[in-house]
Amino acid sequence: MSGGRAAAPPKLVTVIIDGREYQAEEGRNMLDVALSLGFDLPFFCWHPVLGSIGACRQCAVRLYWTDREGNEKSEIAMACMTEAQEGTKMDIFDADAIRFRAEMIELMMLSHPHDCPVCDEGGECHLQDMTVMTGHSYRRYRGRKRTFENQDLGPFVTHELNRCITCYRCTRFYNDYAGGRDFGVFGLRNQVYFGRAESGTLESEFSGNLIEVCPTGVFDDKPFSHRYSRKWDLQTAPSVCPDCGLGCTTTLSSRYGELRRVQGRFNRDVNKMFLCDRGRFGFEFVNAPERVRTARVEPGLMGGQAGGQAAVMNGELALDAAAGLLRGRRAIGFGSPRASLEANYALRALVGPANFYLGMSDGDDRLVGAVLEIAADPRLRLGSAADIHDADAVLVLGEDLTNTAPMLDLTLRTWLHLRPNAVEERNHIRRWNDAGITRIKRREPSALWIATTHATKLDAVAAETHRAAPDDLVRLALAIAHEADNEAPAVPGLGENELEVARRWAAALSAGDAPLVVAGCSSGSLELVQAAAQLAAALRRAGERRDAGRADAAARATLVLTVPEPDSVGLKLLGGGRFVQGLAAIARGEAEVVVVLDNDLDRRAPALLVDDLVRRRPPMIALATLEDRLTAQADVVLPTATFAEETGTWVNHEGRAQRYFAVQPPGEDVRPAWRWTRELLVRLGHREARGWKTPDDVLAALEMELPRFAGVRAAAPASTGGRDARKVARQPLRFSGRTAVDAGRTVFEPGPPPDPDSPLAYSLEGLQPSQSPPELRARTWWPGWNSNNGLHKFGEELEALGPARPSGVRLLDAGPPGRELPSPSAPARFAPDGDVVLVALHLIYGSEPLSMYTPSVAGRAPAPFIGLGDEDAQRLGVREGDWLRLWLPWMDARLRCVLVPSLATGTAGVPVGLPGVPFISLPARARLARLEEPS
Amino acid sequence: MSSRPGLPGSSAEDRPFTRAMRADGRPATLDDYVAAGGYEGLRRAVAELKPPEVTSLVTESGLRGRGGAGYSTGRKWSTMPLGPDAPRPKYIVCNADEMEPGSFKDRFLMERNPHLLLEGMLLAGFATEADEGYVFLRAQYDASYAALQGAIGEARERGYLGEDILGSGFSFDIELHTSIGRYICGEASAMLNALESQRPNPRARPPHMTGAGLFSRPTVVNNVESYMAVPAIVRHGVDWWKGLSITDEGGTKIFGVAGRVANPGCFELPMGVPMRELIEVHAGGMLPGYALRAVSPGGASTSLVGAHEIDVPLGFATMGEVHSRLGTGTLVILDDQTCPVGMTLNMMQFFAQESCGWCTPCREGLQWMAALLEDIEYGRGRPGDLEVLAEGTWFMESDKCFCDLAPGATQPLESALRLFPEEFARHIADGGCPYRRHSSDAPAAEAPAAEAPVLEGTT
Amino acid sequence: MSFSDEEIRQLDAIIGHYPDRRAAAATAMRVVQARRRWLSDDALADLGEYLGVTVAELDGIATFGNMVFRKPVGRHIVLVCDSFACWSLGYAELRAAVEAELGVGMGQTTEDGRFTLLPIVCLGACDRGPAMMVDDHLHGPVAPDQVAEILGGYS
Ligand SMILES: Cc1cc2nc3c(=O)[nH]c(=O)nc-3n(C[C@H](O)[C@H](O)[C@H](O)COP(=O)(O)O)c2cc1C
Ligand code: SF4
Ligand code: FES
Repeated sequence: MSGGRAAAPPKLVTVIIDGREYQAEEGRNMLDVALSLGFDLPFFCWHPVLGSIGACRQCAVRLYWTDREGNEKSEIAMACMTEAQEGTKMDIFDADAIRFRAEMIELMMLSHPHDCPVCDEGGECHLQDMTVMTGHSYRRYRGRKRTFENQDLGPFVTHELNRCITCYRCTRFYNDYAGGRDFGVFGLRNQVYFGRAESGTLESEFSGNLIEVCPTGVFDDKPFSHRYSRKWDLQTAPSVCPDCGLGCTTTLSSRYGELRRVQGRFNRDVNKMFLCDRGRFGFEFVNAPERVRTARVEPGLMGGQAGGQAAVMNGELALDAAAGLLRGRRAIGFGSPRASLEANYALRALVGPANFYLGMSDGDDRLVGAVLEIAADPRLRLGSAADIHDADAVLVLGEDLTNTAPMLDLTLRTWLHLRPNAVEERNHIRRWNDAGITRIKRREPSALWIATTHATKLDAVAAETHRAAPDDLVRLALAIAHEADNEAPAVPGLGENELEVARRWAAALSAGDAPLVVAGCSSGSLELVQAAAQLAAALRRAGERRDAGRADAAARATLVLTVPEPDSVGLKLLGGGRFVQGLAAIARGEAEVVVVLDNDLDRRAPALLVDDLVRRRPPMIALATLEDRLTAQADVVLPTATFAEETGTWVNHEGRAQRYFAVQPPGEDVRPAWRWTRELLVRLGHREARGWKTPDDVLAALEMELPRFAGVRAAAPASTGGRDARKVARQPLRFSGRTAVDAGRTVFEPGPPPDPDSPLAYSLEGLQPSQSPPELRARTWWPGWNSNNGLHKFGEELEALGPARPSGVRLLDAGPPGRELPSPSAPARFAPDGDVVLVALHLIYGSEPLSMYTPSVAGRAPAPFIGLGDEDAQRLGVREGDWLRLWLPWMDARLRCVLVPSLATGTAGVPVGLPGVPFISLPARARLARLEEPS
Repeated sequence: MSSRPGLPGSSAEDRPFTRAMRADGRPATLDDYVAAGGYEGLRRAVAELKPPEVTSLVTESGLRGRGGAGYSTGRKWSTMPLGPDAPRPKYIVCNADEMEPGSFKDRFLMERNPHLLLEGMLLAGFATEADEGYVFLRAQYDASYAALQGAIGEARERGYLGEDILGSGFSFDIELHTSIGRYICGEASAMLNALESQRPNPRARPPHMTGAGLFSRPTVVNNVESYMAVPAIVRHGVDWWKGLSITDEGGTKIFGVAGRVANPGCFELPMGVPMRELIEVHAGGMLPGYALRAVSPGGASTSLVGAHEIDVPLGFATMGEVHSRLGTGTLVILDDQTCPVGMTLNMMQFFAQESCGWCTPCREGLQWMAALLEDIEYGRGRPGDLEVLAEGTWFMESDKCFCDLAPGATQPLESALRLFPEEFARHIADGGCPYRRHSSDAPAAEAPAAEAPVLEGTT
Repeated sequence: MSFSDEEIRQLDAIIGHYPDRRAAAATAMRVVQARRRWLSDDALADLGEYLGVTVAELDGIATFGNMVFRKPVGRHIVLVCDSFACWSLGYAELRAAVEAELGVGMGQTTEDGRFTLLPIVCLGACDRGPAMMVDDHLHGPVAPDQVAEILGGYS
């Protein structure tokens, strides 16, 4: 995880544990070493990401050393604070150490409420596990327990502080890693209080991780607590987050056909182990009343009266109706960046490549297209979130990461925290020495530079920030590129300040071996993405020139580009017409039937165009998960599975194809979209589709037809089964209730629902986590380790978050080398002229539509607004809360003003996707004026 | 004047700590100080010595830290990085927190002889090529603050402090910092956190303070008296210093006696003076009607010494013979009419109350031990309680805790259990305390119940 | 921001004693408290803003120390040493006398707002025990019958 020059392979040393020799990586802490070797050594304050602080004293061992006279000495020491060196010798099963570890549990229990039966943590509680592990059972304390007043921490996280055992993990995660400012530690002695300065909603976008880092039931999942199940009664499956383009891996938990919980799932390449709160809590659309659960057909189609009530149909009849509609007619299809690759490909097969349109906005289409071109540029490599850990300096260009790709925010903060600096190196501070690095980091300079249109939360940890209108950001990026490498064209007419910033930043970025540029699609500016690529290329050239002739050349500039949705890249790779071209085809009457795959078209184009589509009312088949104005008028509605009910593949922002798996059967008429499409294909006589029995078959066909997808099937084991052809059990061994639910009616046991689509079974029979391959392992469980702290037991996966199996497959690396992209020409310097340039404001809660079905998420989204900087507000004579009228050539809207002082003069911020804010392709020119009162 | 400086029958030269003190009890002025040979050590160092030579002198003198732990001062200094490549700025921090019950020498020294501290810190700064000094003062030491502030003003004015000191090219300045008040702030690494306005939990090593201490820069922390010993060593040399002591540990030291003695106070005496002489001669012996039962030799974190053991010489090496430590060398007498269980309870409540809450044995263990002792003192003791107390002295040993607060607390507990087993047994058997002065009016019991999240800043 | 010019001047002066504003937080709290006697939530919020420190961080320090007051206190702070030297020399009697004289218990403030009575650990005056402090004056040894006279000196 060290930045800079490619790390030398770790040196192995021999350590002695309980009299036996083992090989260990030099410098790792001995707790980590022992756990990876399979020992059960209890701990609390150590955490695989957060490191050691030596506070809980739970990992005590007997440590031996030799004094100057050559005598062997020993004492009790904390394994987590002991470095593995040649000959390090310790005993875990030393009588004193065993006694001491049990005593520490007794002490932690003095004030712990012993409320396991009513505690949500019960059954997956690290404190329970450690108590059993140490053998402590009888408490001698007879005094009063200290009690705390709890706080209301908002809709996501509970607070029951009496359960606290003072491991400091919460504040270390929340404050030191995630950069939270509203949480802290108060008081002292046995009354140390962890919470906010005052009751109120946790401000951090990563607060949900408290649930997972806290080893007790202090912080638990509040939405989950309202329909709680013990861990052993939850059916789980490995999944991928649908809420942005990063593709963080998750674990889904379900009970009684309801998705109840989302947790982070360890993945070395993307999110490591944490999640943002949108991803963790924003899953309620799966359970929402707006879900389409049954197939529907417009009665007119079935011989009834057109315009009458839709008949409730079964799926087969609906398929017949849809097939009837399609037969012999020219159909066009709109794919979807939030549907599976399988579903998009099947739809493309259904309508034919020439009639397949990408259901993304034109802006996204062009930008994601640019991302693919950049990926093919032989000079550049698209990085993942995890690649940030290898960087030695990072520039964020035009992205408000906290809101567009939240886990990149947390990854950058973690990287800043963990990257070694000179003081640490001089003092031999290991990466796991959390207290040491936290303290030193507070005083040492950052290595993050941020240039955006407005202030972002990450600014707080940046070395320097720069704010400018989108065009000026392009100019800055090109100017930095030129300063780093003369080959890159100069930018004419730079101001003194711009030039100085460019020089300083270029110097900072070229100082190390591994500069990294983060940019992306969120601003909507194609030139900005292209400029970011030019900058990365220039940095790489500069590094190579500097390294020329050096044997240990290490220059490796990296580019990380965000994309908006979970399958934006997969969909664009498939290829198809632009969304507005599709609309135009409809308008021209060229399309006789329209098939829409799980999409929200109102988010894809100006209302004007979508309204036109609705008005024309072409014959329509909607493959939909959620009701919207299109399903309301579609002739056939086929209810499709969400990501929680199907097995599918998404390709994330760096071109990594990852598989997600159904956690529960779809139920009722609901089917995976690709299955509906396959049935239509079969009905229409498509020979090949007959062979599509599983998603693997669909992907095989895809690989055959489009070689750029070669290898995509390898993203996860095939659906035929895991090891020994046995499937992975979605239910834990203690799962209860499956055979008992119907006991009042029948004594016959229902069989588990079949799942041909995945190597997982809806059963407690099959492979348990310790036996399954990492990609299929949803639950963290190991004998004696019921909490997620058992993660390190899967040593191969964790290795202190270093080398492990990759997640999924990267598709773009294998593609044919493309051309070196030319530099975009520098735009003219931005000069406010009375109009404003609308720039994108993304909101973690509000911009993403699926998560907005979750009441707690929607509750945190602001009311519709338009953001104005101070100067423009003054110019227009508006104050916060005043109404503004907004004109574009094709629209006219009224929005309340919110002051965003950091916005550059001449720009105004439009909250992207926020309900009540119209779709606008950004950046765009517009006119603004104050309104007395909206009509 | 209750504190009488001076060693009867020796020359002022041989009283390096108290020599410059005024008879009227007011702080020695710069003139008083210079008249008593003050700043001669500094003059010699900047004129004749190289920084490492000053450190060598201190190492050879055998000076050991006077804050309680007794680590070699010179050896600590010698680990500071020197030369042009060393990180900057480097800091000298004076530990003037003195909050451990039964420690009462640093206040006396600072109030009466502030320039001696400045000169000591200046020499430490010179020896380690440091740039800045902080004196970390406990909150209640207003008089010390005033004395030091006055002295710093004088010293700056006369060129002893600040830029280019005495025209030598050496620059060094000193700031005063007042604590927010907690015993743990006296633990050297917690003190650095306190100085940085972090929560004052102790720090783990590595990094060592001389590598990355205050503000992550190389830092030396020493006790008030440790710094004060240095000027005379530099001025008169190692041999002279060694000649001052009775044992071979060198120098004099500020000793003190409190309790029911005729003449309580602080005394500058040679290292190695027998405890009995200190009590019976210098402190005038027990008050009529009271007999000596035990002695806390150097603060609440040192083991009690029984009345039969007081012939021990007061020194770092010798105190081990009576299962104790020199600590701060300020004695508190336990007389025969004060309940030893009650006194142990008082001490344990202090430690429980002052625990920073970082590590488990200290945070929970001390509170448990205090609760048990309270039960015993107030007649709720049960058979088996003494075994639990003994267990506490085991699980709070120093290899098992994060810092030395809880291990310090086990010292009086373990020694009281060892010296007065029948007293504890009697409390449990008879259901309470037989002494008149038994009630400690438990400070920990006063501690406000935790109110979330704003805890009252009291106790 | 509710700081007076004088407060700002004092704050700026002490900030200069530390390498950055953040590090001055503990001393800054003492400076503000010295003028206002205690730190209200508002004062803490203002201070946080002035120093660029979060309120949680400030309160994390404030609730750690025993000399930062987060609730109103009287004009004079009376501290009675309760550590073992003073304890064995008559702390109980001294405390009883102080409580009787003030009519309040430990941790409380007299109705007229004149005194707040607080326990304190060893004042470093064991040789003068039982000791007490009123504001910045150390008194000891204090016999119970001297309490009235000592406290009478503070209005
Ligand atoms: C809980 C605790 C409190 C301490 N308090 C003090 C103190 O008030 N004054 C002091 O000089 N040393 C104190 N020490 C010792 C310091 O940690 C440190 O050893 C000392 O300041 C080093 O100075 P010296 O080597 O000159 O003695 C304390 C130690 C502990 C564990
Ligand atoms: S609340 Fe949880 S994470 Fe925080 S210190 Fe307590 S037990 Fe540890
Ligand atoms: S895990 Fe080692 S001390 Fe907490």
